[in-house]
Amino acid sequence: MKHILIIGNGVSGITAARHIRKLSQHKITVISAESDYFFSRTALMYVFMGHMKFENTQPYENWFWKKNNIDLLNGYVSSVDAANNKVLLSDGTEITYDDLIIATGSKPNKFGWPGQDLKGVQGMYSKQDLEKLEENSKNCKRAVIVGGGLIGIEMAEMLHSRNIPVTFLVRESSFWNGVLPGEESAMINKEILENHIDLRLETNLVEILSDENGHAKAIVTDKGETIECSVVGLTAGVSPNIDFLKNSAVELGRGILVDRLLQTNIKNIYAIGDCAQQHEGIGQRRPIEAVWYTGRMMGETVARTICGTPQEYNPGHWFNSAKFIDLEYQTYGWVWAQPKENENRFYWEHASGKKCIHINYDKNTHEFIGINTFGIRLRHERFDTWLNNKATVEEVLLHLKDANFDPEFFASHEEEILEKFNSENNTQLKVKAKSWKRIFLKA
Amino acid sequence: MKTIKNIGLLISLTGFIIFTSSIFTGTNKVSQEIFDTWSSQKIKSAFFVEKAQQEIVNKELSASELSNKITQIAAASNQHTYDLQAELQQKIEQTKKTKIAQQVIDKRVQAYQAQINDLWNEIIWMKWNKTSKDLIYPLARASATGWPQQNQGLFFWLTFGLAILGGVIAFGSDYKLLGPAGIKNNGIMQHAATNRGWIGMIAFAYFVGFYVLLYFFPNYLVNPILAVNKVSLGLSGNPSSQWFLYGFMYCSVMSVFAVRMFIKYRHNAYQLVRTAVVLFFQIAFAFLIPEILVAFNKPWFDFKNAWPLDYDLFFDLNKDWGLLGQGQIGLFMLVWGIVLTLVIVPVMVYFFGKRWYCSWVCGCGGLAETLGDPYRQLSSKSLFSWKIERWLIHGVLVFAVGMTGLTLYTYFAEIESWQEIAFGFSAYDIQSSYGFLIGSIFSGVIGTGFYPILGNRVWCRFGCPLAAYMGLVQKFKSRFRITTNGGQCISCGNCSTYCEQGIDVRSYAQKGQNIVRSSCVGCGVCSAVCPRGVLKLENGPEENRLDQNPTLLGNDVDLLELIKNNK
Repeated sequence: MKHILIIGNGVSGITAARHIRKLSQHKITVISAESDYFFSRTALMYVFMGHMKFENTQPYENWFWKKNNIDLLNGYVSSVDAANNKVLLSDGTEITYDDLIIATGSKPNKFGWPGQDLKGVQGMYSKQDLEKLEENSKNCKRAVIVGGGLIGIEMAEMLHSRNIPVTFLVRESSFWNGVLPGEESAMINKEILENHIDLRLETNLVEILSDENGHAKAIVTDKGETIECSVVGLTAGVSPNIDFLKNSAVELGRGILVDRLLQTNIKNIYAIGDCAQQHEGIGQRRPIEAVWYTGRMMGETVARTICGTPQEYNPGHWFNSAKFIDLEYQTYGWVWAQPKENENRFYWEHASGKKCIHINYDKNTHEFIGINTFGIRLRHERFDTWLNNKATVEEVLLHLKDANFDPEFFASHEEEILEKFNSENNTQLKVKAKSWKRIFLKA
Repeated sequence: MKTIKNIGLLISLTGFIIFTSSIFTGTNKVSQEIFDTWSSQKIKSAFFVEKAQQEIVNKELSASELSNKITQIAAASNQHTYDLQAELQQKIEQTKKTKIAQQVIDKRVQAYQAQINDLWNEIIWMKWNKTSKDLIYPLARASATGWPQQNQGLFFWLTFGLAILGGVIAFGSDYKLLGPAGIKNNGIMQHAATNRGWIGMIAFAYFVGFYVLLYFFPNYLVNPILAVNKVSLGLSGNPSSQWFLYGFMYCSVMSVFAVRMFIKYRHNAYQLVRTAVVLFFQIAFAFLIPEILVAFNKPWFDFKNAWPLDYDLFFDLNKDWGLLGQGQIGLFMLVWGIVLTLVIVPVMVYFFGKRWYCSWVCGCGGLAETLGDPYRQLSSKSLFSWKIERWLIHGVLVFAVGMTGLTLYTYFAEIESWQEIAFGFSAYDIQSSYGFLIGSIFSGVIGTGFYPILGNRVWCRFGCPLAAYMGLVQKFKSRFRITTNGGQCISCGNCSTYCEQGIDVRSYAQKGQNIVRSSCVGCGVCSAVCPRGVLKLENGPEENRLDQNPTLLGNDVDLLELIKNNK
């Protein structure tokens, strides 16, 4: 029986712990300074908005950990002594381990803006950030969010839900257009504006001004404008939370460098989730993937390796989803912001301007590469199968009804979508009725 | 717009205040004629009649004075009767001691005994949950005077009119206030009305209080009942009863809260269709059709109310007022009731899940999905609650089946329902304890009264025997499931939080498992609140219903398979 120590109780660390428990009788300890119990980080926004209480974000009841013999420890790891297989906590405690899994996640980026450490200035990542925002947003006349990513728009939505006026500074010419094609990005811009959020594109933060109490009172943009505000949200991306490893023997890049077994340069130390960095991106993926799903996959993978059946981290087809205020977004496969050399695009948008699909496929072979959809839910399993089978764009479109995952009675648009494709490509495709048989046909 | 909403709330509140305070106002004046009719039907005690004649007839009394007087006189009358019986008993003892022929003694004792027995008829049976309803209420209803009685039309508009108008204005203004269409659960966990705060507690007390009065003390609801008298007269020709008031309130509340649903979920066609259908079934099948039947001198019958939710379907079958005493249409109703439960219900559950009934047709479900929607997040998701739920709901099912079995036994064995069958219990005792414990306390007082504390499906989740029956079908033989969309779940917990049935939806979704739970009523809200498009209610082939989706892992290996092999 080994002692497996896991630093971090986010989705990666907890998934690893649960799967190690499923596969073995090893002693498992999970350390976190953030919270006593695992909670879903992605749900913090809903606590602020009043959709949920914090306890609702905890996927397991509190008795679960004891019952499954997983020890939880509230503590902050200040350093790792790899040579002696032990970690040192900030309160001076030492804990020895046989295997160490580092799953410490990310921390919000700060780019050295003047005033970035004033009171009222914060990121939105941790439980503590949520508590801070609850405090900071009291009597707030205006908030400014800096950085146009997923957390930025979420933070804007959070404050907006409490009727706090929000100014949203986005460096790019259109929201998230480094990831999304122009059409989708434009749709989100519109969504932001329709919710009366003051969106400022191509605008950067220059400095944050302080009042006499060391509290933020305004920000200055690179357009020379001063905007009064008492809350400043810094949401310009995240980076691996690895400062405590700076003087350890663990090899670091931007994140903790790991091989495909998620092993670091030290044999019994593994890193998973947001803080892990592949030496080279897998397939078209980035070396560091700060996504819920990849954290979960890595947790499952590392559990198997530690329990004696080494398995490489081998993520399947890319998928992701998000919700931009009221716009639901799903993606399967790859749809880059800009088409690559060999790629063609097909785009359809609903008259309401709230729904669209964007398909990426190979110019020559017509092989389906990926799809973005807004306002239409799609069946993950269908697209995974099509990607596995290297289906053509025509095959996907013909059977689009099989992939629809909208609730019953929702208006469906497959006919309209195919009509547009036909008219653009001189084809005569006619959409096929939904077939349970095809849906459950295993590839 | 916020001002308009507040004005609406104020108007509605005014209606409620007038409605509620009317309980404490108004007078009763029992005329000789009313008294004679009532006493000839209800009272055998001459002592009572004489005393009541002096104290009640042609006096101006408030509802509580009248009720107290009747109770006091009844108690005195009973005491008087007991005294008479005791006297007679004494005479028996004395007679036994006299030295006359044994035959004469026996004859005299017999005569006294017969008098004692006769006197039992004069006893007025007092039981807290029956007396007010069965004895006092009819007199209070018939003898009401005062402003509401004399101005029924105006009184209707001042109570129902204002409450409904204000409600529609308040909820209607949400169209603008909530912002663009979409899931807007903002502030629900922070608002005193929806997080068991002080407003919730007031609502709780009000609901419970109303149900207690309705079921057990309708003599205090006479003025509210008079508010809908004209509606009742117009519909069936009969004066309104407490049940007509309840039915009318039920439909009004559902309609106003349906407006709220239509606005809140205007982006979600499933919710729109479902709300419209369940409202239709309530108004048409539970309210209008039965009243029209009554207007045509037919029995009051709710064609959608399936046994064992409709627990008294087989009660008193061959009595005048029982279904078989009602000729052809009564027979048809009985056969329909049986076919509904034995054929239609399970077949529909097979194809669509129990949602076809619970959240599309049923009245209890209809109220839960409209009035109850703001409270759905209060249902407990703990494993412990699930355990209690399974014991309770199946317990009630067993109780309902047992009671009905006994009822049918007495019918076919031609035993009077009040005759003892075993252990001192008669079928009637079992029926009335079911009616009291389950029919009134559980489904009404707790089932609806506790919305603001335990969430909006308390009855449906913990008590409804029909839900238990359909749940078994749904679990073991149905095409219905909530499909989990591969690996898209982020464990946020919106689905579990807003599941009114307390199902921990997330625990399945995050594992990529489909959700097949006997308690799911298919309201569709988990799917609606999911920010990642993970959940879909659907009816599909049975064989793939419980599939776990390997796509979840993303890794190109079936981990489940591996786990199985490792074990």
